[in-house]
Amino acid sequence: MHPARKRRIRLIVALSAAVILACALVYTSFGASDESVQPSQLTGAQPGVSYQLTGKVADGSVRERSGGVDFRVRDREGSKSVPVTYTGAVPDPFREGREVIVTVRRQGSMFVAERDCAIRSSRSARRSSPKTPTRRADPWRRSAAPC
Amino acid sequence: MATVGRALLILALVVAAYGVLASIYGARAQRPEWVASGRRAVYAVAALATGAFAILEIAFLRSDFSLSIVASHSSTTTPTFYKAAAAWSSQEGSLLLWLWLLSLWSSLVLFLTRRQLRLVAPYATAVLLGFAAFFAGLLVFKASPFQTLAMVPAEGSGLNPLLRHPSMMIHPPMLYSGYTLFAIPFAFAIGALITRQVGAADWIRSTRRFALAAWFFLGIGVMLGARWSYMELGWGGYWAWDPVENASLLPWLTGTAFLHSIMIQEKRGMLKIWNISLVLTTGILAILGTFLVRSGILDSIHAFVGSSLGGPFVVLIGTMIAGSIGLVVWRREALRSENRLDSMLSREAIFLANNLVLVGLAFVVFWGTFWPLIAEALTGSRRALGPPWFDRYTVPLAIVLVLLSGIGPLIAWRRATAANVRRNFLFPVALALLLGVVLAAFGVGSRPLALAMFVCGAFVVFAVGQEFWRGVRVRRAMTDDGPLAALLALVGRNRRRYGGYLVHVGMAVLFIGIAASTAFNATTDVRMNPGDKTTVGGYEFTYDKPTSGATFTQAGNIEKISFGAIVTIRKDGKTVASLRPERGYYPSRDASLGPVGRYFEGEATSEVGLKGGLQRDLWTAMTPNIRALKPVIDEGDKVLGAVVDELPPEEAGALLGRSLRVLIERYEAKPPAATFRFITSPMVTWLWIGALIVFGGGLIAMWPAPDAARRRATAKLAARVAEDLGRTEKRAETRTA
Amino acid sequence: MDIVAALVILVAICGVAWIVSAPLRWGGERMQAEVSDRVAELRAHRDAKYREIRDAELDMQTGKLSADDHRVLDRQLRAEAMEILRELDDAER
Repeated sequence: MHPARKRRIRLIVALSAAVILACALVYTSFGASDESVQPSQLTGAQPGVSYQLTGKVADGSVRERSGGVDFRVRDREGSKSVPVTYTGAVPDPFREGREVIVTVRRQGSMFVAERDCAIRSSRSARRSSPKTPTRRADPWRRSAAPC
Repeated sequence: MATVGRALLILALVVAAYGVLASIYGARAQRPEWVASGRRAVYAVAALATGAFAILEIAFLRSDFSLSIVASHSSTTTPTFYKAAAAWSSQEGSLLLWLWLLSLWSSLVLFLTRRQLRLVAPYATAVLLGFAAFFAGLLVFKASPFQTLAMVPAEGSGLNPLLRHPSMMIHPPMLYSGYTLFAIPFAFAIGALITRQVGAADWIRSTRRFALAAWFFLGIGVMLGARWSYMELGWGGYWAWDPVENASLLPWLTGTAFLHSIMIQEKRGMLKIWNISLVLTTGILAILGTFLVRSGILDSIHAFVGSSLGGPFVVLIGTMIAGSIGLVVWRREALRSENRLDSMLSREAIFLANNLVLVGLAFVVFWGTFWPLIAEALTGSRRALGPPWFDRYTVPLAIVLVLLSGIGPLIAWRRATAANVRRNFLFPVALALLLGVVLAAFGVGSRPLALAMFVCGAFVVFAVGQEFWRGVRVRRAMTDDGPLAALLALVGRNRRRYGGYLVHVGMAVLFIGIAASTAFNATTDVRMNPGDKTTVGGYEFTYDKPTSGATFTQAGNIEKISFGAIVTIRKDGKTVASLRPERGYYPSRDASLGPVGRYFEGEATSEVGLKGGLQRDLWTAMTPNIRALKPVIDEGDKVLGAVVDELPPEEAGALLGRSLRVLIERYEAKPPAATFRFITSPMVTWLWIGALIVFGGGLIAMWPAPDAARRRATAKLAARVAEDLGRTEKRAETRTA
Repeated sequence: MDIVAALVILVAICGVAWIVSAPLRWGGERMQAEVSDRVAELRAHRDAKYREIRDAELDMQTGKLSADDHRVLDRQLRAEAMEILRELDDAER
């Protein structure tokens, strides 16, 4: 076969493979991804569909149980909250009032979180300046020494 | 001191801007003294950045809380090592680290090449100083590390306890070294495009070295992050396709592709457009990776909340992309290939295939990482892709990549002899397939992708082993060396080749470890009381008894309360390990949470119990049920809160200490049930071993040959070629005579 | 701003200005190119070609290339190297 023709065929094969991969990626991205929502957007949630729920852990809502925690997630700004039951490793920064991202599915009035989905997405609050008042030193700080 | 720091940064910005102008002027007007001045501007920026960084470090080490970031990221109780490292745990400090590393590496490179690359260097200097000016500008105008507090606090907030791990502290400098080192080939590529030097052998040789160093450091940074995740976070995994993880992987993938395809350009003058595009893309991805951590545009555990740096970075990246495309189009004449591929059965062809796979991998990771933004742009709603989607595409590509990395070493450059190829493949392929059959007989076939990775990885190991064997045999035939001496001489004289082979072996081992640990691990989450036992992956885990304790600062304050467990692991009745997982609780600064209660409302960290081994890792983490202790905590808060104002501080402190001791002892005496996670995970250690082999091979490939050896080799070859020259000329003479 | 800080900053400014302006003060005479770009380029080209020759030899010795194929390739590479050496000689003269 003429070398130029061989080269062209190679180029076409390579390009086709790239195009096929790109199409596969694009096609499956829609189906495989979950919509990112806040609790107030979950009112119309369909059962069995996965959503990526972002918000803050509502104060006073955390209940530990065997294998996981139950808590409520509320809007970042606002009070609308939804109940979530989570199974899996609870991330270290997980706290009431902190941001959390969980992948959930509706089951009745409850949202069931995917196993382990929160582990990388509970952000600890990073403050840019300390909130402690500076004038009065913390009375407990000086010596909580053991006896 | 803060004023000095800020002044140094302003000066750095000014000098960088000057250097850009001086370098460009010197290049265009052909005035080498201005080019030299521009180069010295880089040295000056390095000196200034060093000064500013030193001031910052000293402030941290001295716990100088007049500086805002010291107060918010360190405390008097932080151990010294972590105090020093806390400097780059803040946004501002890490930007300063970036600037410092960039200026250091740039100075080194420009110093080493000051007598070479005369056409390209001035423009490269200008680009590097442009980056320096950008980061200095951010530091001066938007994110100053030297911001002072009007009221100096007596104590700082302390370093986030999650970061108190050696890996976590070395991880940013390694990553940033990788990112900043990739800026250098980017800069030289821009310079080469402007001056039409893209085909020059000199440029290729230099760029390759910088890219190799960048690849090396970035790889270490990525691995350290994975190790930290495994050892410190409570889930027992090492990679989660987190956006920031992905962002650090992207330039590494394209950088690896570049390191291979540049060899093709070196030999055959081909793929110029491809190579230049790879280099430019890698530089852009490195800046993009830096940007992703800072901007908060993608949800990740790493993202700094509420950052205003997104805007400037978008402008920078946009400029880099537009500039790169523009330059490539403008210089497309100079980027024409000189040659074509001789044969599909050549190492060059394998490198091409490897490039396609690596770029394909990079595209998959890029798409998945930025999908939330793309989807938002297309449909208005944000969507997120999880690990299963990433795995679906990266695993097959990774298998193909490993396979190619075994084929490459067995095929000659330019055009391999088909008969020899068949002979060379026989042994490694046969052994690998045999291993596959054996593994399948043991049930590994239940996970076909893992089995495929094992077979391909084994193929690489056997193929490279065969290469080393043959090389040593050749060497021993030529000299009378013993096997070890022959091996050392062989590798020493062909560092690129055998260093590269080692890297391939390391990657194969690494992927085998990943395949085994993800496909065949067993995980259980279970709530247990002391005495309970559970079986996971063939091992019996027993919760023997609880542990508790406190760690103290030098001043005698309680820094951390820990509740843990002693877990004994048995297999077939024999004790295999005794682990001590723990949960540590650091007190919150917020006194309103109650003197006792605030210990459990601050940060918590996991101490993982790990028994590693070549065959399998036994991993455990636990979470005690703090809620059950709440009555005791509340009681303590009430009692102590009532007396705090009436007692002198020392007595109040002593009372608190007693209460905490009671709490700690009570945990051991009447422990509430705790939730445990147990994981048995085969061959995780192979991951770390593989990474070490990769970096060892990289070091060998990077190591410059000693001058004497190089001169000897050059002289010998020169003599032979000159001999040919003499023969040819004599023939020409006799013909004309 | 205290006096020490002011002094340090002043020293820094002077130091930087001195370092950066040094080549400008020397003028063009000290900036002689020791080695012309063409020679440096050819040397790099030559080294790369030598590496190719050694690689081909190693390929043959480790059995990836037959002796016949190697002979052909080696001759071709040596011819290319000779070209480069000739150009290098011209450039160095």
